[in-house]
Amino acid sequence: MAVLVYADHDNSALKDNTHKAVTAAKGLSDDVDVLVAGANVDAVAAQAAKIEGVRKVLTAQSDALGHGLAEAISAAIVPLMANYDALLVPATSAGKNFAPRVAALLDVAPISEITQVVDANTFVRPIYAGNALETVVSSDAKKVITVRPTAFKAAGDGGSAAIEAVDPGPGAPKTRFVSDELVKSDRPELGAAKIVVSGGRAMGSAEEFQRVIEPLADKLGAAVGASRAAVDAGYAPNDYQVGQTGKVVAPQLYVAVGISGAIQHLAGMKDSKVIVAINKDADAPIFQVADYGLVADYKSAVPELMAALDQVKA
Amino acid sequence: MPAQDAMPRPLNDSFRQTPTMKILVPVKRVLDYNVKARVKPDQSGVDLSNVKMAMNPFCEIAVEEAVRLKEKGAAEEVIVVSIGPTQAQETIRTALAMGGDRGVLIQTDADPEPLEVAKLLKAVADAEQPSLIVMGKQAIDGDNNAVGQMLSALLGWPQATFASKVEIAGQAVRVTREVDGGLQTLELDLPAVVTADLRLNEPRYASLPNIMKAKKKTIDIKSVDDFGGLPSGHLKVTKVTEPPKRVAGVKVESAAELVSKLKTEAGVL
Repeated sequence: MAVLVYADHDNSALKDNTHKAVTAAKGLSDDVDVLVAGANVDAVAAQAAKIEGVRKVLTAQSDALGHGLAEAISAAIVPLMANYDALLVPATSAGKNFAPRVAALLDVAPISEITQVVDANTFVRPIYAGNALETVVSSDAKKVITVRPTAFKAAGDGGSAAIEAVDPGPGAPKTRFVSDELVKSDRPELGAAKIVVSGGRAMGSAEEFQRVIEPLADKLGAAVGASRAAVDAGYAPNDYQVGQTGKVVAPQLYVAVGISGAIQHLAGMKDSKVIVAINKDADAPIFQVADYGLVADYKSAVPELMAALDQVKA
Repeated sequence: MPAQDAMPRPLNDSFRQTPTMKILVPVKRVLDYNVKARVKPDQSGVDLSNVKMAMNPFCEIAVEEAVRLKEKGAAEEVIVVSIGPTQAQETIRTALAMGGDRGVLIQTDADPEPLEVAKLLKAVADAEQPSLIVMGKQAIDGDNNAVGQMLSALLGWPQATFASKVEIAGQAVRVTREVDGGLQTLELDLPAVVTADLRLNEPRYASLPNIMKAKKKTIDIKSVDDFGGLPSGHLKVTKVTEPPKRVAGVKVESAAELVSKLKTEAGVL
């Protein structure tokens, strides 16, 4: 059998989620190809060709693909699936947007956000916000699967796969791209960062969130996250949200500042290697999952933490 | 002669060119989001006996959006459909109390998977001919995040998932979506499928008079056979287990101790 992996990228750089999906794909087959669909993605394809163990890189290019339109991506992928037994897609917003569409067009049942490949037909996936794990067996001859990237190690570089252009398909005739409003940031990306610093409702305002959380994140070289409560209150932008309904992260170090630890937040970060919680409420549920808890008001604790970090680095 | 016969009514063909906007809103009855899911000891699933059930939160947002579009004059009718046991009538009734006009329940005790749900909803859409389907981006039980995209594909309609803003613009709908790294705005020809993300709106609480009014609204009880029967499933759940538990660690006394432990003990600095 052969597996096609959909490459996660922003038209200029390949993202690590792709390497992780390749690792998941290797659990199904040794014959793994990568599809880079987008606009002006030759550089991305060259990066994908270097992933260890990739047999071939396919490129499909059009404006509609560059904007990530689900209809366009699905139309480009469906004919390719004649050559593959499974499609694996990193479970990003972009991937979740089109993967079920491909499944419906192939009349197969999509399998969402797998965290483990048991065998070629059997997968483990979280349900109920990660409060339960479901083992599911698919009877479909072709499988469409989204892969939770944090559950898989990234495949290394060192390959030199051939790159081949394929038909970009008919685009998305009933959908028009209007605009993108993307947040520019020099910080690492939330989903891929080694360290994440998140702030909660205790911040009380957007200004306070920026004053407290962002400098700490910058000192640690960390990405910034937020609880749903902080996002809903307008203290932090939507795409900072860590949790069941936001991003799922699993960094080496997760620092939760002023976050109580609602179930929905824990679902998004409990697989982090080391969790630190700073909260003045000693009974906050976040302490039940924290490796290191500091019961203190963030207003004094964060400046002290910054000073202590300076000393360690000095 | 009934009053509507005196009104000039468009014939079928011209009716199609200027459709009256109907919105279809599929809703799901799930474990209330405040209740922690407990895995059954025999690993056959999550225990749903004697627990509070409620409308899936993303479905509530979808209902709210559809009702707001109607209140703005952009739609004439909001039809709420659910697939589930007889108790799913309560879920539909909740949506009707929020402002939905009528309900359809496809009654089944089976727990259909997303592909089956999408096929049944396609049959409902074929029968009702809505201009827009607004639904939650995912149900918080299965967390599949799949039915909207699949329904859109089966109908051959355009899709906009993870919506944070929806505006009707003539024969199109303009949708702002939450994407990786920010927002994307698309314009889709109608008919279309839109799935709701968290920040699309804040659903209203139904008022008592509206709850009373909703009791008089129609819910058509149908069977899966009315919509082509339950398609065969492709997935089999063999086991549901609890995730590995994290154990609480230690409390530190100061920021300095924290940094020291992170450096020497955890090795993450």
